[in-house]
Amino acid sequence: MSVPTIERIQSNPKFLAMVEAKRKFSWTLAIIMLAIYCAFILVIGFKKEIFGAPLGPDTVITWGIPVGIAVILSAFVLTGIYVRRANTEFDRLTREVIEEAQQ
Amino acid sequence: MKRLSLVLASLAAATPLWAADAVGGEVAKRSLNIHAIVMFFIFVAATLFITYWAAKRTRSAKDFYAAGGGITGFQNGLAIAGDYMSAASFLGISALVYGSGYDGLIYSIGFLVGWPIITFLVAERLRNLGKYTFADVASYRLQQAPVRTFAAVGTLVTVALYLIAQMVGAGKLIQLLFGMEYSTAVVLVGILMVLYVLFGGMLATTWVQIIKAVLLLSGASFMAFMVLSLSGFNLETMFGKAIEAHPKHAAIMSPGGLVSNPIDAISLGIGLMFGTAGLPHILMRFFTVADAKEARKSVFYATGFIGYFYILTFIIGFGAIMLVLNQPQYTEMIMKDGKEVASLIGGNNMAAIHLSHAVGGDLFLGFISAVAFATILAVVSGLTLSGASAVSHDLYASVWRHGRSNETDEIRVSKMATVFLGIVAILLGIAFEKQNIAYMVGLAFSIAASANFPVLFMSMFWKGLTTRGAVLGGLFGLIIAIVLIVLGPTVWVDVLKNKEAIFAYKNPALFSMTAAFFFTWLFSVTDNSESAHKERAAFLPQFIRSMTGVGAEGASKH
Repeated sequence: MSVPTIERIQSNPKFLAMVEAKRKFSWTLAIIMLAIYCAFILVIGFKKEIFGAPLGPDTVITWGIPVGIAVILSAFVLTGIYVRRANTEFDRLTREVIEEAQQ
Repeated sequence: MKRLSLVLASLAAATPLWAADAVGGEVAKRSLNIHAIVMFFIFVAATLFITYWAAKRTRSAKDFYAAGGGITGFQNGLAIAGDYMSAASFLGISALVYGSGYDGLIYSIGFLVGWPIITFLVAERLRNLGKYTFADVASYRLQQAPVRTFAAVGTLVTVALYLIAQMVGAGKLIQLLFGMEYSTAVVLVGILMVLYVLFGGMLATTWVQIIKAVLLLSGASFMAFMVLSLSGFNLETMFGKAIEAHPKHAAIMSPGGLVSNPIDAISLGIGLMFGTAGLPHILMRFFTVADAKEARKSVFYATGFIGYFYILTFIIGFGAIMLVLNQPQYTEMIMKDGKEVASLIGGNNMAAIHLSHAVGGDLFLGFISAVAFATILAVVSGLTLSGASAVSHDLYASVWRHGRSNETDEIRVSKMATVFLGIVAILLGIAFEKQNIAYMVGLAFSIAASANFPVLFMSMFWKGLTTRGAVLGGLFGLIIAIVLIVLGPTVWVDVLKNKEAIFAYKNPALFSMTAAFFFTWLFSVTDNSESAHKERAAFLPQFIRSMTGVGAEGASKH
């Protein structure tokens, strides 16, 4: 990549906006995922009777089971949300930035 | 504290990766399992055919190391999931659920949550900056020789530990399932993995992994389906029967002793999460796809498959409690502490295998046994290729020949390295047969999280990183991780038979990874050399390439 291209990309406000949006988006999702996992572990570490309690009076299924499955699903869903936005919006902006730099 | 170490010690005997030997301790040889052997030979024949097909398509270095960059996101997602769903994790996690119920789920969640983080922060930058190995990325704007040497050491140490664990596990598992001699099994695994890598390169290695992932997911789905259907598709019935059968009764429905110490649990979580992002044989898979878009898709599919697989193992574990526990044909009497107690034949790690017999008879037992063997083969092939790439691409081509070697020589060196690694793996597998290797994969993950990951992460995210910071910081991480594991309960108490551990926690990653980041920072900011200034200035072009993919390696066309 030549130096003028780098400078053009770097000074393109669209690029800066895309980088900023992507940074915010990916770190927000990463922190949500970490927060979910840490909360899960901390409940187990300090207050595990919450997860040990049955869902209702006539069931043996405890709260821990749907919560655990939900953590697994959240990992999948969060990844999906990221990939969807990155593969459409961010990739489109990136393409535009590259095209503008090469003109 | 004492209770914790007891819990963790019993965990070590049952957990998937930590006790990477799928079947710990002495195992008795079983009679020959004909169905399993026939199905295994079908698998071997099919994979050797794929290797032959791949060999015709593997000409350039890019073909050998990265399957020409032509794997799709979906295929790569399956391959990544396959790397993760090792025999140890299939048998180990279902055994953990079988033994203690809910705790198995906690453990598998720890394995899963690293994947979203990799997607958000690492996957596309890695794809845009790298070519064949993660050292390409770490050394992108730094001095090639020192950084690549460090990365190659990190890779080889991780790969060697992981390989020993897999080889020993393979030997014992095959001995148990197929009635083969331990050493024969280890030699067979070694020869097959060398054949795949030597002739088929990354293309064959990837397809072997994909096929195995599909077989394992189908087999596990069938087992889970049968368990659900035998409980009338009513979860209440399934859990109810399991509670009735299990000696711990209702306690299997709630968290038990696994996370009695939150610090150790968080440290374990960090080791799993960031260790995954520092495992060289996983990272190299990001270079087999065409671009950043496909790299993102790969992790999305991989996360889906892995999550689904863990839900299946949870059902399988409960199914085994319901259908295998207390059944005379799966139980034997063993002597324990001078008393005769009932135990699962082959130990708890065989829970899923016995369940396959309970729901599908001899034929399905043969299928699942063959899949377990195939799983080991696929994982060790990836490890071997990753180690060989570090030798040929990083050490030979970049450090020794200063990037002036030609492709033919580089491929020749990588093939020699493959054969060499195969021989070493066989010898180590035999040498470690009677050793306690429970700590080895834990150590591999801790080193990946404390040496490889910090350097890789800082090189992509922090402008201030210099060669000195990367090499010294990474080395500190490596050494601290090893020292803390040796002084901790897993080696100091369980292997060296001392009474009290010097370092209280079993999982060092929280401390060793933090230290690695700190020293990387410290040795970088105090670096005022001329080259350090140049390296900081080179961050901007690197950043732009990592964000846009301009100048990134594309797929080869042929």
